[in-house]
Amino acid sequence: MTIQIFLQQVANGISIGSLYSLIAIGYTMVYGILRLINFAHGDIFMMAAYFMVFSMINFSLPWYISTIIVIVVTIALGVLIEKIAYKPLRDAPRMSIMISAIGMSFLLENLAVYLFTGVPKGFPDIEILTKSISFGNISLSVVTVITPIVTLIMLIFVLFITNKTKIGMAMRAVSKDYETARLMGININKVISTTFVIGSGLAAIGAILWGSKYPSVIPLMGVMPGLKCFIAAVLGGIGNTTGAVLGGFILGMSEIMLVSFLPSLTGYRDAIAFIILIVVLLVKPTGLLGEKVTDKV
Amino acid sequence: MKKLISLFLCLVMVLSLFTGCSNNNGATTDGNADTGESDVIKIGVFEPLTGENGGGGLQELGGIEYANKIYPEVLGKKIELVVVDNKTDKGEATTAVSRLIEKENVVAIIGSYGSGVSIAAGDIIKNKQIPTMGASCTNPMVTQGNDYYFRACFLDPFQGKVMANYALDQGAKTAAVIMQNGDDYSIGLGNFFINAFKELTNDENSIVDVSEFQVNDTDFNAILTNVKAKNPDVIFAPSSATTAPLIIKQARALGIESLIMGGDTWENPAVIDVAGNDAEGIVLSTFFDENDPATEEAKKFVEGYKAELGDTEPIIPAVSALGYDAYILVRDAIERAGSTDGTAIRDAIAATENFEGVTGVINFTEEGDADKSIAVIKTVQDGQFVYIDTVEVK
Repeated sequence: MTIQIFLQQVANGISIGSLYSLIAIGYTMVYGILRLINFAHGDIFMMAAYFMVFSMINFSLPWYISTIIVIVVTIALGVLIEKIAYKPLRDAPRMSIMISAIGMSFLLENLAVYLFTGVPKGFPDIEILTKSISFGNISLSVVTVITPIVTLIMLIFVLFITNKTKIGMAMRAVSKDYETARLMGININKVISTTFVIGSGLAAIGAILWGSKYPSVIPLMGVMPGLKCFIAAVLGGIGNTTGAVLGGFILGMSEIMLVSFLPSLTGYRDAIAFIILIVVLLVKPTGLLGEKVTDKV
Repeated sequence: MKKLISLFLCLVMVLSLFTGCSNNNGATTDGNADTGESDVIKIGVFEPLTGENGGGGLQELGGIEYANKIYPEVLGKKIELVVVDNKTDKGEATTAVSRLIEKENVVAIIGSYGSGVSIAAGDIIKNKQIPTMGASCTNPMVTQGNDYYFRACFLDPFQGKVMANYALDQGAKTAAVIMQNGDDYSIGLGNFFINAFKELTNDENSIVDVSEFQVNDTDFNAILTNVKAKNPDVIFAPSSATTAPLIIKQARALGIESLIMGGDTWENPAVIDVAGNDAEGIVLSTFFDENDPATEEAKKFVEGYKAELGDTEPIIPAVSALGYDAYILVRDAIERAGSTDGTAIRDAIAATENFEGVTGVINFTEEGDADKSIAVIKTVQDGQFVYIDTVEVK
């Protein structure tokens, strides 16, 4: 393997890893606040990709307006899902709300199949993102370069909100002790809605970047990324934002390196994510940056 | 109280067990009587309408439905199509085909797009003795050892050879192959290409890279980077119309300039839609070309179906033509058998001789495959599939 091929693979790894990270932040935030694994997150991501297709192709809006519309609509969808499927179950056992999340995920997938059929739709070409640039023998699209930057900005943004703002303080209080926080006069519903706003917004940005890189939009496109980003969040320590980003990078990089160094095993690429999940759960169940909490799920 | 309830529940369950059985028996016997006496004859259509192959399945269904519109009757009765969706999933495939046979009492089945699901459903079809006509499933295993499975298209060993021949004609000396793990179509076609290419070049090392990816994979950058390092003259990537544009686009973005080729599944507008400019110059083999109608039936079909499609498809997809052929083959066999009995129809299909279909004159081999030796090669130019050549391989 030449150094150039290796560098190209590293670039591939960073690019897919940062996409995983971006979506994993959404998982980790919802889990951190609600102690809920939001299985519908991958499907919200899928919906966002469809919204982008509609606004850019069917309504022929320019990409910058579309991006804003897609983020707003996706946030609305995320908050609506929370109000319909999770809020009524706030005092129910945790298992019920998790089942509700799985149900929501299937509902969104099947709704998409029903509305948009299984035929793949092309993701609109945002030229400034899909342009190809090359450094010597290494070719990258602009989106590949931008994604890690966007991910880091988003990470800093989320850390700023949770650590420096009033609503962030409320979030942390709710995540520590939900009942006490409520008794202290924290508006739980507002805190949870904010969490979903941020999570869905990140899913929307993730979908736009994902679509520019992998421009085939189908109803089941959220399943694998959803699963992998969940694994990334667990790997980094679920509930910890920095951990989610770290987990995403590690997962993306290990996948690419598997293909790169053991080409005969390319068919087992997805397996590596699950092997990582099992090893993490056996060796360090709290994840890389997670803290130890005794908790019954 | 609790005991009473549980006793009652037990009773209900036991009773339902009995009623279940008797109902079931009743249904099948009734059903058989029905198909003999009622005024419709049901033909099952077993296609992926959603999932990875949803696009292709819909095209094939279009051809079948159009054929039903042109030839709506057989034996003086109306033909009713019962469409089930196998969701491009081998598990769903068995459920779907069982439903057709047991619940809908179809006398014959057409389908499916995608060899994997067809192979998965094969055993049930064989055991229930329902004659089935595959339209575009090209893997040899679909009909192998199955007396009731036939098909209207050519096979992958042939298609692999055609593509290897074409690559060679273009001056290619090395090739890389990318296949989908667990997909019988993709793996089958890929391997037949590998064998044919090695044989034709007389060089064991002419295949420089073989990679596999998994269903629902979207990122091929790592695989393609490996391929790029080997710098092959052609890349052969048999895959679904969902996956193909992703491979093509990512290959071009990485700066790979090799000729990219695929199989019959690539002749789908979704490939051009999604891959855009990068689709220019890809090469694929297919079953049929509307500009070169092989038979009288084909002329009629091209004219009629073109009007039926209107603006929805720029060209008539080959799988629609095959779907049409599969339908008229089955209808013809029922007519000749003079009955709706599964074995009688099967024998009539096997005895088909010089049948004029849209995709050529059809005879069946011992194995139940259409005896075809012609494939059409197409490329993409200015966002359209364009005919290059008709290839005959013996």
